[in-house]
Amino acid sequence: MTRALALAAALAVWTLIVYGNARLGFMNPVLLPTPWAVAEVGVATAQSGELARHVLTSLTRVAEGFGLAALAALALGILAGLCVPLRHMVEPVIEFVRPIPPLAFLPMFLVWFGLGEASKVAFIGYTTFFPMFIAVAASVLTVDVMLLRAAASLGASRADLIRRVILPAAMPGIIVALRVGFGLALFVIVGAEFMGADAGLGHLIMEGRTFFNPAQIVMGALVLGILGSLINALLLAAERRLVRARP
Amino acid sequence: MTSGPTKIHVQRVSKAFGADGRSAPALVDVELEVAEREFLCILGPSGCGKSTLLNIVAGFIQPTSGAVLVDGAPVRGPGAERGVVFQEYVLFPWLTVAGNVEFGLVLKGVAAAERRRTVARYLELVGLGAHAEKFPVQLSGGMKQRVAIARALANNPAIILMDEPFGALDAQTREVLQEELSRIQRVEHKTILFITHSIREAVYLADRVLVMTSAPGRIKQVFPIKLPEVRDRFAPEFTEYESAITRTVKEEVAKVHE
Repeated sequence: MTRALALAAALAVWTLIVYGNARLGFMNPVLLPTPWAVAEVGVATAQSGELARHVLTSLTRVAEGFGLAALAALALGILAGLCVPLRHMVEPVIEFVRPIPPLAFLPMFLVWFGLGEASKVAFIGYTTFFPMFIAVAASVLTVDVMLLRAAASLGASRADLIRRVILPAAMPGIIVALRVGFGLALFVIVGAEFMGADAGLGHLIMEGRTFFNPAQIVMGALVLGILGSLINALLLAAERRLVRARP
Repeated sequence: MTSGPTKIHVQRVSKAFGADGRSAPALVDVELEVAEREFLCILGPSGCGKSTLLNIVAGFIQPTSGAVLVDGAPVRGPGAERGVVFQEYVLFPWLTVAGNVEFGLVLKGVAAAERRRTVARYLELVGLGAHAEKFPVQLSGGMKQRVAIARALANNPAIILMDEPFGALDAQTREVLQEELSRIQRVEHKTILFITHSIREAVYLADRVLVMTSAPGRIKQVFPIKLPEVRDRFAPEFTEYESAITRTVKEEVAKVHE
């Protein structure tokens, strides 16, 4: 209820600003689309089937890039969490690469993988891998030593400890890592699609700029917002089911 | 009960911590034999190394010198024949009560039907028959510790090591669990090494009470408790043991504050 009210209020403020601006002539009214104009563009794009195509294209890229990165981050993160020498080798490299904003490397990916799907997928994979890898390794590493002691004194071997204690104990942290990674993938796909793409929500937004259609830009952004919160809600629900009773 | 063959032999065990493994001595020359089926309580001031001793017997840490022998064989690490009950319960939060209790049985590859019977039996023994499908987070501290005791017992170890198991519980729950443990021991006949701060608890449970010195820990005095198996906390003999041990412990606590 409160949420619906808050959303309605935000919409009202937006409308107010648009009409206020039209009155006062603060900036050219063409630059500030009304909610109706945005809705109209949205409906038109949806009816032509274009919207579905863009959404599907973006989501496919996100799913592929994120999927590959998640597999790699899980495998290497768990290994690094378990194996101290490996961690010492990998850590300095990551600490060096991590502060570089991923978008700085986007042109490199275009040079390497061309304008097709491969560059977008690879870029999303690159962007999401490091934060997921670090979080997975950390959640494996911070498993309570007392749990390991308890299991060992019940007869657990090293393999039992990994399978029956470390992995389940690290699972909440691993799931959060994946959720954060997925959010990040949605975040950077737009940037990837700004450059050299012929479909996808990022492309739709950039097209709005090229053809001077501010309503289309706002519509693309809103669709991204809605997608993001829908997917986040889905992931949270999945998380709650996977990670049942926790202290 | 102290007449059986030696189950645990702590052989001149010393332990020092610190970067050089010398600078912070925790235990000095502890020599101790625990008989099969004996209930031995270890008392001592905070930081006297009682938990260190238990961790060495459990195989969680290695002594700096000396050795621990169980049935004559040296301890090299944790093992299923030495069950441990921790002060902080340390249940597996992703498993149900039943899942926690059968953990050791799953590791041994015991068949599901037999596991179910064993779990039911030990949950009944600790009074948690109705809570098998709950998760640890849904239980009170006292219930968690009952699960931890059932988990240790279900694995059928010859030895159970208990590190201040009731230390985090309120006074009432604590007495109830002491009574239950005493009853369980009359059925299960384990060799128990039990660390505690509470003199009353030690006199209530133990066949022998061992008092340690303040840090670095040595054995100060051993009190055999010659009381009936079912004990009355208000009997004059009980109180006599209590005051005798209290005097000994106080000497050590005083040293800490000097």
